[in-house]
Amino acid sequence: MPKQTFILNGKSITVDVHDDVRVLWVLRDLLGVTGPKYGCGINVCKACTSHINGRAFNPCSVRVGDLAPDDEVTTIEGLPDTVGRALHPMQQAWLDRDVAQCGYCQPGQIMAAVALVRKVRREGRSITEADLDGIRNICRCGTYTRIREAIRQGERQM
Amino acid sequence: MTAYAHDRIEPDPAARGVRRRSFLGYVLGGATLVAAADLGLVDPASAAPTAPQPAELYDLNDMLTDSCRPTANLITVTVHKDGTASFALPRMEVGQGITTSTAMLIAEELELPVHKVHVTLAPARPELVFNQLTGGSNTTISTYTPIRVAAAVAKAALLDAAAIELGDTVDNLRARGGVIQAPDGSSVTYGELATKAASATTKRVDVQLKDSTEFRVIGLGHNRVDALEAVTGRKHYTTDLQVEGALPTMVCRAPTLNGTPKRLRNRKEVLAMPGVRDVAIVDTGVAVRAETFGQCIDAVRAMRVDWNDGPVVGQSDADIVKELRAAEDALPAPPDNPLAETIEHDFVFYFRSNSAMDTNSAVADVRKDGATVWAGLKSPITAQERIAEKLGMTPDQVTVNVVQGGGSFGRRLFFDGALEAATVSQAMGKPVKLMWHRADDARVGRGHPMATNRVRITHAGGEVLAFQQAHTSVETDFRHGLGEIISAMAADLPAGMGNLGYAETIFALTQEVPYDFGLVSQTLTETDERFNTGSMRNIYSPDVRAAGELVVDQLAAKLKQDPYEFRRANLRNDRVRAVLEKVATEGHWGRTMPKGTAQGIAIHKEYKGASACLVEIDCRPGTVGRDIRDGVGGPRVTKVVYAIDIGLVVNPRGLEAQMQGGINDGIALALTSSLHLRDGHFLEASWDNYFYTRQWNTPPEVQVFVMPSDSGQPGGAGEAGVAATFAAVACAYARATGTVPAYFPINHRDPLEFTPKPVVPPIPQSPTNGLKLTY
Repeated sequence: MPKQTFILNGKSITVDVHDDVRVLWVLRDLLGVTGPKYGCGINVCKACTSHINGRAFNPCSVRVGDLAPDDEVTTIEGLPDTVGRALHPMQQAWLDRDVAQCGYCQPGQIMAAVALVRKVRREGRSITEADLDGIRNICRCGTYTRIREAIRQGERQM
Repeated sequence: MTAYAHDRIEPDPAARGVRRRSFLGYVLGGATLVAAADLGLVDPASAAPTAPQPAELYDLNDMLTDSCRPTANLITVTVHKDGTASFALPRMEVGQGITTSTAMLIAEELELPVHKVHVTLAPARPELVFNQLTGGSNTTISTYTPIRVAAAVAKAALLDAAAIELGDTVDNLRARGGVIQAPDGSSVTYGELATKAASATTKRVDVQLKDSTEFRVIGLGHNRVDALEAVTGRKHYTTDLQVEGALPTMVCRAPTLNGTPKRLRNRKEVLAMPGVRDVAIVDTGVAVRAETFGQCIDAVRAMRVDWNDGPVVGQSDADIVKELRAAEDALPAPPDNPLAETIEHDFVFYFRSNSAMDTNSAVADVRKDGATVWAGLKSPITAQERIAEKLGMTPDQVTVNVVQGGGSFGRRLFFDGALEAATVSQAMGKPVKLMWHRADDARVGRGHPMATNRVRITHAGGEVLAFQQAHTSVETDFRHGLGEIISAMAADLPAGMGNLGYAETIFALTQEVPYDFGLVSQTLTETDERFNTGSMRNIYSPDVRAAGELVVDQLAAKLKQDPYEFRRANLRNDRVRAVLEKVATEGHWGRTMPKGTAQGIAIHKEYKGASACLVEIDCRPGTVGRDIRDGVGGPRVTKVVYAIDIGLVVNPRGLEAQMQGGINDGIALALTSSLHLRDGHFLEASWDNYFYTRQWNTPPEVQVFVMPSDSGQPGGAGEAGVAATFAAVACAYARATGTVPAYFPINHRDPLEFTPKPVVPPIPQSPTNGLKLTY
């Protein structure tokens, strides 16, 4: 079986698995990293949103064989380490606004929010209402109102 | 923006000076302090008002609460040596916040910080009979008193032990923050007292509960107790559990709804696929167990299965509408009055899915002599009985563990995943971690049945003489235990109701027209048991209230009256009037709006509470025609003002969250979300097919007002945000467009906004282009 090597939450890891298994299953089923959630498996619900080399991606839609050994995958579990704190400011904003209800989609929501802030900063601007309207992550509990508030707060504190 | 009418619920002045009732509790024999109360313990309901409709005298919550009474079984609060307390809640947390509110109730009576109270979910406890069902927004209503009594017993035992320890009398001691202090400054912690306060034998004790004027936790906003775990990815749902040997498992399902497998033509080929370990034919399809879910998906897609057609083969939406029309009973004759005029409307509500983010899933380990199941279950006792029956075991051979769910919206009242996982595990002889694909969850998972609703208002001289409403629905499945409760409670239900069917009983116990509308009748007819249905958040009320409020608006218009003023003038309940006035004031009812936009206003009364909603909607072409990739734009609700009175509020922050969520559900029901039945199956197979409210649909401005209440009793919160929102959005849409919709959601008969995914294979392959879509 092919050996797959990539960097996961700051550490290089190698796992024996076929090339075309999607990264989500490698994380969840083989490595026991369960922060990224399954909600559809077709890159629609975005519950598995994580980061690759600092940008948002959906591991349900990437073959593990397409990862390079120096690709850095960050899941919600590794997000605080990217700022060297116990919690990333976006996670703190989520706590302050008491966003989560069932909580299932929230790791993906937070990872999407962090990537969105980074993206608008690359573009030299801040988050607009249109940016918030454009977030595709679904929350079936309907926590959208508090998600929007928390992103605004997290953006200020990032 | 968020606002609370009050940070703290004002105490009932009348309660002061009233002699406190005492409650019976127990200190159980054991090595550490275990305090208990009977879960059937409830405060007698306050005097019921005289009113014509059953739901006003005795509602679904009274039935659910009463059904808990005869169960003389104990719930226990345990105090540990580390100074924490623990409690296993015989209910299920699915996001509604009951672990948090329960921790608050215990913290209040026990004088312990909330973070030192650990609430877990109890496994199935068959001895509780009906008292382990999470539904009808009943948790806080039915557990408010017994949980506090158990905590009060614990505090009393700690005080007794402290009195010996500190050499003082209990009356002189003060418990606060997990420490008991004597007047001389000496103190002892709960942790130090945990074993000393334990009793060698079980003793009965009388305790008194705190007066609401003394509350320091109840009524203050508290963040969720599981929030940190949720935002760090450490909160575990069913598919996150690591159970030895329980490998990923999925099921290949029939191309028609509820079709069954005949045979698998390529078993060998499937078994030879990478990662695949086991294949088994079960009654719901062909199951595969593999090293990863990705390999399960590959295997399901590779299976060549012969199927027996399901019971709705060849049928489409229009066939079911026709069937409902045929089942409709004639509305009773309007009152005989020569001056009377009538206004009549008729609505169709299409199938909707209560799919949660966390699909139907369960872990099952079935051995020869027993089985263990882990799943999100709101009726674990019924699940245990049915699973045992299916496996050919006795219920005591089946252990059912309740796991926190990633949403429910009624879905987890049933246990389809748990039953299927147990069946598959038995067939394979191995532990399984079963997960439904999203496509399965949308197409085969339970949903809200299609229904029609007819409303006729008879009026003369500006006065309403009669309000008649008839709801005709595909059967709503209540076989998860509510049915048994109704059978058991039949004798105690209001006169005549014992003879009604389950659905009619639920309908009569939840529906109420809070207007002074003369002769009021609301009836339910159900037909067709072929679909996978169940209660969806707020059961009948969203459809019934939307239909009713739309016709109220039409009547107001006909009488040339303002919709708000007309409602206000005809209300017969002060609590409903107060919430209505609140939203009208805060939402600036009647303000001038541009053409193509409008306000809508509606009310609802249920779950021992009253709610009102004011919305603003934008139906202008520029908004409706927004270009949204793989999504529905449509009219945008731009603002929602909601007022809720549920009586005593335990956690206003959690209550506000429940209203915000319910608002998004109400918007989805009105504007975007439905299932299309076509040729024997539902077309929707993805969140980009089934259009639940998304960020581009959600209102940019939401205000929730939690009303002050002088009630000493809490009401239900989980569903109270849906009905009034649906109704207000429907009314606003009709006012903005000048058209009263004949069906909901309003986009259901538009050309499909998506290309339906194939039914063979039944689930889509995961894409591989994710690295091209990073941002």
